[in-house]
Parts: sequence; structure tokens; C-alpha cells
Amino acid sequence: MSLLGFCEWLASTELSIALHESLYVYPLVETTHVLSLLLFVGTASVVDLRLLGVLFRDVPVSEVTARILPWTVAGFVVAATTGALLFYAIPVRTYQSVFFRVKVVMLLVAAINIALFHGHAARAAPAWDRLARPPRRVRLAGAISLFAWATVIVMGRMIAYNWFDCDRQPQPALVNWLAGCVVS
Amino acid sequence: MTLLDWADALEQTAVGTAIRDSLWLFPVIEAVHLLGLALLGGAVLGVDLRLLGTGLRGRPLAYVARQLDPVLALALTVMVASGVPLFLSEAVKCYWSDAFRLKMATLAVALAFTFGVRRRVVRRDPPPGPWLARVTGLVSIALWLTVAASGRWIGFS
Repeated sequence: MSLLGFCEWLASTELSIALHESLYVYPLVETTHVLSLLLFVGTASVVDLRLLGVLFRDVPVSEVTARILPWTVAGFVVAATTGALLFYAIPVRTYQSVFFRVKVVMLLVAAINIALFHGHAARAAPAWDRLARPPRRVRLAGAISLFAWATVIVMGRMIAYNWFDCDRQPQPALVNWLAGCVVS
Repeated sequence: MTLLDWADALEQTAVGTAIRDSLWLFPVIEAVHLLGLALLGGAVLGVDLRLLGTGLRGRPLAYVARQLDPVLALALTVMVASGVPLFLSEAVKCYWSDAFRLKMATLAVALAFTFGVRRRVVRRDPPPGPWLARVTGLVSIALWLTVAASGRWIGFS
């Protein structure tokens, strides 16, 4: 089954339709998704600003990550759960949204950045842990993280707008290709 | 002039009209407003978690708050600078929106609490006891989450 076929099947399930048509549940899930941003991206930004040498310069990086990142993870769990529900409510249109696709790519960029950073931090932490301004590689990880999450937020907001939707043809060939529109 | 007349006049300002006439200005400003919200979350929760006895609990409360003060100022600046044009573009809708009224009322309380009460609590010397700290942190979290949630709800009406 193709991904589009899978999304079409998701859209046909009873719960997806109920969620899509609900008067209050959908807005409540969406509001929770927005609120999760305060905890998730808010605390992630604090850690990133420490990596950049902007905030908490006299606190070891390992202390900031150990004390703050569990809250970031908790925020991420809420964001991912509500996000999955939002996708489930409107699967086909979201799957074929250019903005959603860029958002997913940036989520992957953020994930790879996290994996690389923690690999690096686990190996070499003692050398720069207490530096007010960590080495370039660590600062770069903080900058990439800030940029990735900012893009995820902006793209997430833009999913609501239908400018590039597949059912609004004609669209530029690039849009149809990016969105995976099936144009007859 | 009634409040509604004011809202109508504000909507007719150049900024309000320009945003309404543009396809992408409103969404872009809205996205900036959300980026400010994320930053605000970090600035507010960084102190509130410490008040609750978690977060950077190994560091003095006053130090954590002092570090995050510039972030809070930046976040609030971004929120107001993006929020005012959003309001100008749909002031009459906001006038009729219960969510908007709730947001403005809670925002006023949240600002007064943050700069009038919470600031005093975190700067206390000796530091506040655990219960005063916890209540202060919880009230702050509840206020700002209400502001954010009612802000989102303006778009549903």
C-alpha cells in the first residue's frame, strides 16, 4: 500500500471522521498542541542558548541538559501525541501539504542534530562542559536546533493555509511535485 | 466614541488595511507571534520550574531569574510587536470575541503578577520558602497557559 493509500484508509476510519467533524475535540487538541510548544520549544531554546554561550554561561552544559531536557522531552511527548491526532483527523490533505512535508524534513534535521550532538557530548563532554562559550561544533548544534524548531513552528502554522493544496489546480509543477499531487 | 467605534477605526488604519489586503502578511505575522510564544515559554517556565523545586534547582532562584529576564523581555517584545498588527487587522472581530476579551484580561493579570509579585518573590533574600515558591510558580504557569490558550481560541470563532 502506498503512503497516500494508507492516508486515504486512515481518513476513512470512523475515529478520524469523528475527530475531523467534532466541534470541540479538534480545537482542544490543536490548542494543546500549541500549548505544548511553550514547554517543548521553550525549554529546548534555553538549552540551545546555553550551547551558544548566551545563557547560564557559568553553569556546566551537562547540568543544564540534565535538569532541563527531561522537561523538553515531556513537552515533545505532548506535541507528538497531539500532532499525531491532528494528522489523523485530516490525513490526506496533511500528507499532501508542502508545509507539512517541509516540517517533517526539519523534524528529521532536528533529530539527526540531536543524535550527533549527544554522540559528541557523551564522548568529549569534560573538555568543554564548563566553558562559558563552548567550541564551534557545539555552538553549531545549538544554532541548528534553534533554526530547525523555529522552521517546524512556522511550517506547522502554515499547514492551515490552502494556497498550495492539490485540489486547487492549476499549481506550478514544482508544487505538485513537492506535495505529491495526483494530477490527471 | 464607543469601544466598537474605536475597534472599527483601528481596523481602518493603514497597518490594519495592509494586512487584510495581503494574502500572506497575516500568516507570516502569526508565525512570528508563535515563535515569540515559544521563547516566552522558555523564559517563563525556566523560572517557574525552578520555583517548583525542579529545573535548575542547584542554582539560586534569583540567578536563574536574572539570566532569563532578557529572554522574557525579548519574547514579550516580539509578542506585542506581532500581536498589535494582528489585532489591528481584525479589531472588530476581536471586539466581539469572548476569547480575545479573556486573553486581554488574563494578559493584564499575568503581566501584573509576573512583574509585581513573581519578581519580588524570586528576588527575596533569604529565598522564599517552598510553599510560597510553589504557589507562585503554579499561578504563573496557569496564567500564561490561559493567555496562550485563549489566544489560540480567537482563531476558532
